[in-house]
Amino acid sequence: MIVLLAVTAAALAASLLADRRKTLAGVRKGLAMFLSVLPALAGVLAGVSLLLAAVTPAMFRDVLGGSGPIPFVVALLVGSVALMPGFIAYPLAAVLRANGASDPVLAAFLTTLMMVGVATLPVEARFLGWRIALWRNTLAFVGAVAVAIGMAAVLG
Amino acid sequence: MSGGRPRRLWPARLAPWVLPAVALALWAGSAASGSWDYGRRVGANLGEFAIEMASFLPAMFLLVGLFDVWVPRATIERHLGRGSGVAGVFWVVLLATLQAGPLYAAFPVAVALWRKGCTPANVFIYLGAFSALKVPMLTFEVGFLGWRFSLARTALSLPVFVVLGYLLERLLPAGLELPGAGGATRG
Repeated sequence: MIVLLAVTAAALAASLLADRRKTLAGVRKGLAMFLSVLPALAGVLAGVSLLLAAVTPAMFRDVLGGSGPIPFVVALLVGSVALMPGFIAYPLAAVLRANGASDPVLAAFLTTLMMVGVATLPVEARFLGWRIALWRNTLAFVGAVAVAIGMAAVLG
Repeated sequence: MSGGRPRRLWPARLAPWVLPAVALALWAGSAASGSWDYGRRVGANLGEFAIEMASFLPAMFLLVGLFDVWVPRATIERHLGRGSGVAGVFWVVLLATLQAGPLYAAFPVAVALWRKGCTPANVFIYLGAFSALKVPMLTFEVGFLGWRFSLARTALSLPVFVVLGYLLERLLPAGLELPGAGGATRG
C-alpha cells in the first residue's frame, strides 16, 4: 500500500511538472470515476459488513473442518459471497487449517474469495456491465473449482 | 460521464446509502448500550472495509486518470492488443502481480486498459492475476499457509485464468462497449 501511494505521488509530481493542464484533466477524470462508484461500493461494503457480522468464526470452523464434500461446497459458496481483505482471510485460513480444514478446502475458499465477488457484482457491473460481470464471475467460480480439485490432486 | 445524463430522483440517489446508514446505526446502538455484540461486529467490519477502500481506491483512480491522459492508445494496442500474444499476457500478469488491494480496485484499471485497445482476454487475465497472484498477498499467504500451499495454488491458478480469459473473450460479442462508470475517454 505504501508502494502504491509512493508510485501515485511520484506519477502525480512528474505529471504536474510535465503538463499542468493535462494533469488536472486526468485527476478530474479519476475523481469523477471514483465518485460515480462510491455510492454502490458503500452499499455493498455495508451489506457485507451486516452479513459477515452474523457469521462467527466458530461457525465457519465447525462446518469447514469436517470431512467429505460438504466443507468443500460450503467453502466455495462462502468464498464466492464473502468479501474479505487478505490480511484477514489468510490468518482465518490458518485457523481453519489448525481446526481440520484440508488444503483443497482452503484453496476453494481463498480462490473463490479472491476471484468471485457475488457481493461486489453491482460495483463490477458499473464498470464492466452486467453481461461481462456475470460471465466473469461464473467462469471464475468454475476456475476456482478446478484449482481446488487440482490442489487435492497435487497435495493429496 | 456523458454530460447529458438526466439527474435521478432523490430516492434513487439515496438508495445506496440505506445499508451504510443501517450499519452505522447498529454500530452506534451497540456503542451506546455497551454490550451488543452483533452491532459491534458490524461496526468493526465496516471500519475495516472503509480503511481498505480509503487506502487503495483514491490512489488507484488517480493513477487511472493520469494513465488515461498520458498513455497513447497506440502503445497499449501494440503491447496488449490484437497480436500481442504471449508477451501481452506476460505484461498484464506482471502489471497485476505488482499491485495490491481488493479486486474492486482493479476494475477501473480494467476499464482503462479496455478503452485503450487492450484485448478483452488480456483484460480478464489481468483481473485474474490481480485477484490471485498479487506478490504482496503471496508473501502473506506463504507466511500463514506455507510455501507448498502457495506454490501449488499459484501454479494451478495461472493457467486456469489465462484459459478463462480467452474463453470469456470468445463468449462475448465482438466490439462490446463498456458502461465504464464515467471518466475515461477513448482517445
